[in-house]
Amino acid sequence: MSKDPYLDMELLRFSTAGSVDDGKSTLIGRMLYDSKSIFEDQYEAIEKTSKKKGDEQVNLALLTDGLRAEREQGITIDVAYRYFATPKRKFIIADTPGHIQYTRNMVTGASTSNLSIILVDARKGIIEQTYRHTFISSLLGIPHVVFCINKMDLVDYDEKVFQQIKKDIEAFSSKLNVKDIHFIPISALNGDNVVNKSTKMDWYQGGTLLYLLENIHIGSDHNHIDCRFPVQYVIRPQSAEFPDYRGYAGRIAGGVFKPGDEVAALPSGFTSKIKSIDTADGELKEAFAPQSVTITLEDEIDISRGDMLVRVNNQPKINQDIDMMVCWMSDKPLIKGGKYALIHTTNEARCIIKDVKYKVNINTLHREEEDKNIGMNDIGRISIRTTKPLFFDSYQKNRNTGSLILIDEGTFETVGACMIID
Amino acid sequence: MQAYNLSHLSELESEAIYVLREVAAQFENPVLLFSGGKDSITCAHLARKAFWPAKIPFTFMHVDTGHNFPETIEFRDYYLNKLGVNLIVASVQECIDQGLVTEEKGFNASRNALQTVALLKGVEDNKFDAAIGGARRDEEKARAKERFFSHRDDFGQWDPKNQRPELWNIFNGKKNLGESFRIFPISNWTEMDIWQYILKENIELPSLYFSHERECFIRDGVVMSIGEHVPQRPEETTEKMTIRFRTIGDMTCTGAVYSDADSLEKIIEEVASTRVTERGTRSDDKRSEAAMEDRKKQGYF
Repeated sequence: MSKDPYLDMELLRFSTAGSVDDGKSTLIGRMLYDSKSIFEDQYEAIEKTSKKKGDEQVNLALLTDGLRAEREQGITIDVAYRYFATPKRKFIIADTPGHIQYTRNMVTGASTSNLSIILVDARKGIIEQTYRHTFISSLLGIPHVVFCINKMDLVDYDEKVFQQIKKDIEAFSSKLNVKDIHFIPISALNGDNVVNKSTKMDWYQGGTLLYLLENIHIGSDHNHIDCRFPVQYVIRPQSAEFPDYRGYAGRIAGGVFKPGDEVAALPSGFTSKIKSIDTADGELKEAFAPQSVTITLEDEIDISRGDMLVRVNNQPKINQDIDMMVCWMSDKPLIKGGKYALIHTTNEARCIIKDVKYKVNINTLHREEEDKNIGMNDIGRISIRTTKPLFFDSYQKNRNTGSLILIDEGTFETVGACMIID
Repeated sequence: MQAYNLSHLSELESEAIYVLREVAAQFENPVLLFSGGKDSITCAHLARKAFWPAKIPFTFMHVDTGHNFPETIEFRDYYLNKLGVNLIVASVQECIDQGLVTEEKGFNASRNALQTVALLKGVEDNKFDAAIGGARRDEEKARAKERFFSHRDDFGQWDPKNQRPELWNIFNGKKNLGESFRIFPISNWTEMDIWQYILKENIELPSLYFSHERECFIRDGVVMSIGEHVPQRPEETTEKMTIRFRTIGDMTCTGAVYSDADSLEKIIEEVASTRVTERGTRSDDKRSEAAMEDRKKQGYF
């Protein structure tokens, strides 16, 4: 066995959403089992539990239970992360609960995903939840969405059922911002079209779910055009070997940086040239998102955490008044006129909620302009004013510089996930 | 056109470095928990890379049960000396001597549960506000629910049903006085990722991880090394076996695997074909289905 293929795999992060009975856990269990990612001791453990509960088959859904309360109540409480790999790619699954009260978990899981899998029960077709999951995937800017029409075994693997659901989904999702949509008929329980091609649906010419996950193009999921480098930490060794070294450490949030590039530091606006892009392994000729690097400049200018290096002729917006979508994550409702702390890239500030424009009914996707109370799991559009200018892009343009979180100033809990609108 | 793609290892490295730098920026007095095992060695290696050419801005702390493999302690001292960092030892033995905890008795006695007390005491005594650990989400089902920045109350407790949501790459390390954080930079790494990275980066490891001959005995199907702190039942006979360790914990609860893998390449091959989880050799996790969850709620990392 050569070691090289292992060292050069791509990473795909995806999230799964589904409700209690639509087979999400079974699907994940099936993917892990059929791709041989389940270990013997894990399998023995769920085999034992299945028998204890009186299940006929080994219940693959049990593989995804984590906490004691989840096992006792048979529900999923919090996002759980799972891992598996094929020779082509390594996968990180954000397994999110699908109950109505857990929108916040879905948003959390979706925030770092390249792809989202939405399960639809073939017998039921589109339900409220389908709208909700699709809307959240679109709101969170997930580039690829895969609808798995599940339980095809229970509708006799009928092509017409699949085509009708596909048509219905296409009709409503055309109004949303979803770039890349796929449809796959599956049976998670029997393993049809999950890892192995189904023998019962010859009418389906597409690949299996795993084939899609292994081959979908994810190279363009980061913004490689607009250069954004939020300064995270200033590295000053002050050692005999590096007496005057001053490097700006951070993770590239967008664009491609090269030594020699002319850059501006925000908020000061001072310009300089990139002297070097350093890593512990040596200097780089170029760096792009999401690399962690250390940038040194030709001139000594005052730069600290929270500042941002950008191209002189391609700058983000700089403003204290910002419009955004918010997903609320706290029992305590959002207060219009209330003050919150916020973190945006590596920058911190405070803000006041100036206005609530509308709330989204996430089951119908209608805007509610009457009821503007934003409570736990609600999504709405708000305007804020910050204590100092932020440097930002729209979330659509860049997920790193277009996102921020709101924090309760008393408990320091994270209470709001925000996506900036143009 | 140039393809701007990172390999999975580079992306994981970049993520971990980002988290470590966030810790240095957001906390006043962070500590890196170092056990001398491969995961904490990987964290130390990543910390060196994150702050190069400056020194690592963290104190290191070893929660020492007193039941370590001698090889682990030897490696710990050698490696940390080479890194040039400051080591604090939080001693379980001292906690026992001071009467803070009572030791389990019997053949399967383990000091694992007592580690939590020594860890919390070490964090409190030194006023650490963040403790970095090498825990991974793929290790264990309770750990699969962990955050990168895991908030702990003033008793160091984890409340898994009420965790702060963690969105994008924005980490909220804000807290009230007395509260602290556990930080897990390699949350998203699997056992395989760790080994591949160790190979790619040529990271040094304790000899225990490589195949060697050792006097061992079998207990409940687990291969145990003989040692000063490992009491043996009369019927448990000792034999010379060719083994290695997949994880390194206390001698009293860490089982070995039969293996000829004496190089990183061979270990990777072995890990790729193995059918049992890493912690399958750890008797501390086998005590109940929720053993890890319970320990974490009490303050374990």
